[in-house]
Amino acid sequence: MTMKELERLYAANKISRRDFLAGAAAVGALGAAGTLGAPSARAATPKKGGHMRVGLGTGSTSDVLDPATFDTTFNQVLGYGTLRSSLTEVTPEGDIGPEIAESWEASPDAKTWVFKLRQGVEFHDGKSMTVDDVIASLNHHRGEETQSAAKPLLASVEEIRADGPDTLVVQLAAGNADFPYYMTDYHLAILPSDGEGKVDATSGNGTGPYKLESFEPGVSAMTSRFENYFKGGDRQHFDSFEMLALTDTAARTNAMTTGEVDYMERADLKTVHLLERRPGVAVLKTDGTQHYTMPMITTQDPYTDNNVRLALKHAINREDLLEKVLRGYGAVGNDHPIGTANRYHADIEQRTYDPDKARFYAKQAGMENLAVNLSAADAAFAGAVDAAVLFREHAAAAGIDVTVVREPNDGYWSDVWMVKPFSMCYWGGRPTEDQMFTTAYADGVPWNDTFWSHERFNSLLVEARAVLDEAKRAEMYYEMQQIVRDEGGVIVPLFASYVDAHTDKLAHGAVGSNYALDGFKLAERWWWA
Amino acid sequence: MSAILKMISQRLALGLLTLWVVTIIIFMAVELLPGDFAEALLGQAATEETVAAIRRELGLDQPAFTRYFLWLGDVLQGDFGRSLASDRLISELVGPRVYNTLFLAAYAAVIAVPVALTLGVLAALYRNSLYDRSVNVGALAAISSPEFFAAYILVYFFAVQNAWFPAIARVSETTGFGARLEMLFLPAVTLTLVTMAHMMRMTRAAIINLMASPYIEMARLKGVPRGRIITKHALPNALSPIINVVALNLAYLIVGVVVVEVVFAYPGLGQLLVDSVAKRDMPVVQASCLVFAVTYILLNLLADILSILSNPRLLHPR
Repeated sequence: MTMKELERLYAANKISRRDFLAGAAAVGALGAAGTLGAPSARAATPKKGGHMRVGLGTGSTSDVLDPATFDTTFNQVLGYGTLRSSLTEVTPEGDIGPEIAESWEASPDAKTWVFKLRQGVEFHDGKSMTVDDVIASLNHHRGEETQSAAKPLLASVEEIRADGPDTLVVQLAAGNADFPYYMTDYHLAILPSDGEGKVDATSGNGTGPYKLESFEPGVSAMTSRFENYFKGGDRQHFDSFEMLALTDTAARTNAMTTGEVDYMERADLKTVHLLERRPGVAVLKTDGTQHYTMPMITTQDPYTDNNVRLALKHAINREDLLEKVLRGYGAVGNDHPIGTANRYHADIEQRTYDPDKARFYAKQAGMENLAVNLSAADAAFAGAVDAAVLFREHAAAAGIDVTVVREPNDGYWSDVWMVKPFSMCYWGGRPTEDQMFTTAYADGVPWNDTFWSHERFNSLLVEARAVLDEAKRAEMYYEMQQIVRDEGGVIVPLFASYVDAHTDKLAHGAVGSNYALDGFKLAERWWWA
Repeated sequence: MSAILKMISQRLALGLLTLWVVTIIIFMAVELLPGDFAEALLGQAATEETVAAIRRELGLDQPAFTRYFLWLGDVLQGDFGRSLASDRLISELVGPRVYNTLFLAAYAAVIAVPVALTLGVLAALYRNSLYDRSVNVGALAAISSPEFFAAYILVYFFAVQNAWFPAIARVSETTGFGARLEMLFLPAVTLTLVTMAHMMRMTRAAIINLMASPYIEMARLKGVPRGRIITKHALPNALSPIINVVALNLAYLIVGVVVVEVVFAYPGLGQLLVDSVAKRDMPVVQASCLVFAVTYILLNLLADILSILSNPRLLHPR
């Protein structure tokens, strides 16, 4: 009996912990038993070959290959991590690393960024990548006519120009120390240009590790290894990589357990403990930046009063939600959007469930019988309605009357979110603090879903953006997290982990947490053990 | 015979009228849904500027009235347009899906219709016996359970516990006929389970109803065996209601199977329609609904024609 068989028996509940340890001692592998229960990331040398099939949890017949409107994990994994590359990459460890850009540097005010491009990068159709392709790819998301969801990200860009064949210069209106991080956004994939400033965004041609063989939106996609990939040998281990859209959770789970797919996205949290017990299946939990929020529109009564917001923030039992809604697959939030996966996560005291304090703040606001309506639909996140109903019970203990208003999933983002004064929402999170704050907390930005405006916060945000000194920046972001936690308009009850499952014959290194599915780059990072 | 031809042409003309009304209803219904394509496409990421840019490019900023007649004008010239979401030709997008849906429906019908009719005739023959009762209970239990439940049960026993059939039906254009039959076996059986009861019980009821008529009594007095009475004398006269029920269920097999498609991840027309409604992709919604409407109209027409042909009194009206 080998250690691996023992592990599998133990995982399948076929033997007890005691038997396992005895067996482990017998095979002389007790030292290895220390990792028991932790996902075993075998750091063996990657092997080439094999066909990989992934079952995705989202994917629609209306999916397209144009990164400007990517909205399902299907086209994100396909169009960003598999077919194309970006200027920079967030490494599995969470640092910023080179991809198409070999190196970059900023002017001292962080307004001018110079990227040195890698030479000899080839598109799937054999065309050599030039600086013009990069410029056209970024401009695809700028200007009057763009339909890109990434337009706000590049709003501060004044000019993008080439400086010789291998140098890209980006001029910003205001300093931004995180600009290289922006370039890892999944919308900003590098596309081939047509020579006249436009890009070919629809054919799937790119510089990524795999080239497109076939794509049927909402059904499947097939790709094969691109032999002239610039990262070459140490990445892209599979011969071919296939993706299936399996939006029904039970269908996806069945496909996983019957071996129709090798990797499934979004395991059902209600049954994941059963999946975990199944021999040959490993469950993978990744703590990322994804978090659930409950925005209150701070320009509408009663949420104009910070005491009301604090009362509600104290009236929610986060531990209870973590256990019941996420089955423990996540972490409690602290009413600001910066999670432990972020660089400048501040270690602020955790806000806890405290009905007395909630009552106190309600009284401060002069509303001892505080009654609010909370709009909820599962479009916000799976379990949002359950979470709202649980919150109603928590708040009742503090004398706060929460009425849960069930909204339709359909049209939730246009008719409920940012329209109803108190609603449920989720954020995929952003790799940098600045991006997260700028997207949803800065004064006057389109997705400031609490319509919150805080003078000190806003000036700090602009100031910190241009600071290149790490320690100083960290301090500023700590203060901003504290402000959002204590004065912001949002309850952040939970950070949700990505929970996937795969066959234990697949191997991988450290798993990236900037996006789901190993930063969407599973295709080039994993291999068959 | 000319009466039939006249009826067919009348009904086809009425059918066209129905289709036109259907397009208006669908258009209005989608218009009534909150949000439009541009907002649905961008979802949480929608900003006013990008939404406006998308609307401009696709002509969604024009009034609904204008958009409807532009669309109708193109359709009358045989051009169903392109999907708003993927910019693919509707014919390319809908065509393979229609084929998939019809294939599954035909597969299920080939199993369900003969089985249901046989069981129904036998149930009438051995009326009130243990066999009759157990078949009835079984069929009613199958139709009473939701489709996804029946599907999950089948998957659990025949795909997960015993790996006899695949749990998902991932067909592609290159999938061969045999492989297709194997992949679609569980979906087809699911559909059989949920449609069989209706057809079987109608067959049984129609025959039993006739068994009380004087001419059947006459045959029995002549000494004709029971099985022969049913197949030779009762069944031909019971055909008309049975044909109607079969047609109704065939239509259901084509238009009502979206749940089964989702459970087996089968790329049929229902899933396309659901996705397109969610995205407010009007041309695709219209095209899919027209396929469904045509299905209903043609199957009902066929049922009426067959009813008339099977009934000499209707075939030669005085």
